[in-house]
Amino acid sequence: MNSAVRAAGASPEQLVVAIAGNPNAGKTTIFNDLTGARQHVGNWPGVTVEKKEGSLTYEGRQFHVVDLPGTYSLGAYSEDELIARNFILQEQPDVVINVVDASNLERNLYLTVQLLEMGARVVLDLNMIDEARRRQLRIDAGRLATLLGVPVVPTVATRGEGTPELLAAVGHISEETTSPLKIDYGAEIETEIAKICAIIENDFHSLTYPSRWLAVKLLEGDTRLVEKMKQTGNTELLGQLQASRQHLASVLGEEPEDVIAERRYGFIAGLVKEVISRPRTLEEKLTLSDKIDRVVTNRYLGLPIFLAAMGAVFQFTFTLGNPLVGYIETFFEWLGGLAAAGISNELLASLVVDGLIGGVGSVLVFVPLIFLLFLAISLLEDSGYMARAAFIMDRLMHALGLHGKSFMPLLIGFGCNVPAIMATRTLENRADRLITILINPLMSCAARLPVYVLFAGALFTAYQGWVIFSLYLLGIVLAVIMGRVFKGVFFPTESSPFVMELPPYRLPTLKGTFIHMWERGSSFIRKAGTIIFGVVILIWVLANLPAGVEYASQQSFIGRLGSLFAPLLEPAGFGTWEAASALVFGILAKEVVVGTLGVVYGVGEETLPEVIGQHFTPLAAYAFMVMTLVYIPCVAAIGAIRRETNSWKWTALAVGYSLVLGWLLAVIIYQGGRLLGLG
Amino acid sequence: MGSNHLLPLALLPAGEQALVKEIAGGRTLQQRLAAMGLVRGLTVRVVQNDFSGPLVVALGEGRLAIGRGMGQKILVEGGS
Repeated sequence: MNSAVRAAGASPEQLVVAIAGNPNAGKTTIFNDLTGARQHVGNWPGVTVEKKEGSLTYEGRQFHVVDLPGTYSLGAYSEDELIARNFILQEQPDVVINVVDASNLERNLYLTVQLLEMGARVVLDLNMIDEARRRQLRIDAGRLATLLGVPVVPTVATRGEGTPELLAAVGHISEETTSPLKIDYGAEIETEIAKICAIIENDFHSLTYPSRWLAVKLLEGDTRLVEKMKQTGNTELLGQLQASRQHLASVLGEEPEDVIAERRYGFIAGLVKEVISRPRTLEEKLTLSDKIDRVVTNRYLGLPIFLAAMGAVFQFTFTLGNPLVGYIETFFEWLGGLAAAGISNELLASLVVDGLIGGVGSVLVFVPLIFLLFLAISLLEDSGYMARAAFIMDRLMHALGLHGKSFMPLLIGFGCNVPAIMATRTLENRADRLITILINPLMSCAARLPVYVLFAGALFTAYQGWVIFSLYLLGIVLAVIMGRVFKGVFFPTESSPFVMELPPYRLPTLKGTFIHMWERGSSFIRKAGTIIFGVVILIWVLANLPAGVEYASQQSFIGRLGSLFAPLLEPAGFGTWEAASALVFGILAKEVVVGTLGVVYGVGEETLPEVIGQHFTPLAAYAFMVMTLVYIPCVAAIGAIRRETNSWKWTALAVGYSLVLGWLLAVIIYQGGRLLGLG
Repeated sequence: MGSNHLLPLALLPAGEQALVKEIAGGRTLQQRLAAMGLVRGLTVRVVQNDFSGPLVVALGEGRLAIGRGMGQKILVEGGS
């Protein structure tokens, strides 16, 4: 029996609909159109890639919609591809909506063909059909449907056009029995496929996908599947596979996977030729995007334009955000005052005011900045500019042993390292991703600025702007050095090939941009919030124990911890228990360093610079700022590193190296400065 | 068959078209490129090449940015 032919209407109650497609094909927009607000974000089991699910009711039936990660293929190349492939193989969705970019059909159909070979029940969504029409591409959707044997629905997702037809097609096809697509791979390969298929069908009865697909994949040398077959210990299959591959390599004169990929593309090329008619001259004509790129990615203009764009992003974020930050600060101060007045128990009042309100407030203060930064970045991303930015930065990123795609996470790091570390998910290569995560905390985030402002203002009045700038620069230089070190130590042989699609420029939609911003921003609050809450309580407890001590005094555990570490900081020029305590608190969030110094010196914000001026020499102050920049990422960032690397080992490395590096630099600066007579 | 000269894609100036003959990289590189639509037997056109940093090639309607190292491994024939 052919296991590939699927029984119709397997689950009558709830229909599982997966959305698959290339990145930039409009997959997410379709998902939003279909599910609206009825969606939630979780994680795929065992990995940190986000899983978006939603639901809708259509003609009395429940659709459960799952947004698969955007992929170009269903090989075993990246985590995303594996997730998408495993979902289709194991969960067997009732219908797969394959969103393709109609203006770039040939490339998009590569995924479609793979879905069909796997025996998925596909509805082909010809998205961005308006763009195709604008380029004078005429696509015969009916002919395409006949040739592929699946329903084809043209849509313009950004305007919601075609969504009802798409739903109708999904509802309709879920009732039907489909059989997987068979591409003719040529006589030699087909003979071997048949041999392997025979063994598979004989030995593996519970296979949930077409045996032919498995046979083709094995011939292609798919690492995951070959490994899986080795585990079954089926020597007959493995022997046949090896014989087939050797035979094909000798008769074809090349590796079977090359020929298979070529035939698959040949099939697609034939398909495209039949269904698309395009004006002859288009190939040579420059598209509007090409014309824009002439300027934007120009060798000489590219970098200045890019810097101007980034300048605009930060200007936008901080100009609009800072007043909002002020309001939030005022609100939490007011709330703290209210709580202090309302709670008579002194200990409880301290927990609420210093612990909860102070701690949560110090995180929420950054929310406006983070949302605005994400809004600006989403705009750049949705317009297509971010891909160009990665292209322009590729040259410079090579200095770090990375490539252009690592640039975005590093850029976000100047706002906040937590979303920046989450943004490394776009990197396919594990080595690139880990290095980008490890060096990310060296990008001086917004939370470190108040510390610089305090110390530079107190001790470097005339040059404070330059002093602060030098710290940002130092962070970048350290990132370059550490990036190279990590690459050399952990991934010496890995090369990171850079290949990236440059999608055509598009006008971002308001809805899409806001959804994008909201997803990123809210996931920051969720993830940072939960970790910080726990640590706030811990630090508060340490500051209040042993019982009866004054909050955060030298006798409290925090003070004792500070006294304990102070001698270690002596060579760096700030070996006082106050400075040490501030640094301990600073792990909670870097800007807390300022507040803690206020508490331990027992002064308010106005007189703090004066007190700092008395306790620190300029040299020691600079060493202290460098320490604040480099030592240990804040708890929220540590939490993000743990989540994204899924490993305590890498998290420990991130904490350990930054602590050692920060201390070493502070000592070198202080001792070196003294030798030069700056002390 | 005469031995046509193969040259790395990275050496073609902007505006030139060429036929992809060989991808001299590991299987990962080949599969990665195949998934993005770049396979042997395809005619590509170089849209931008500054001879340092990545280059941009057109595959029909799509545009791909390709790192220089990768561009060195894609061997093409002709150029016109």
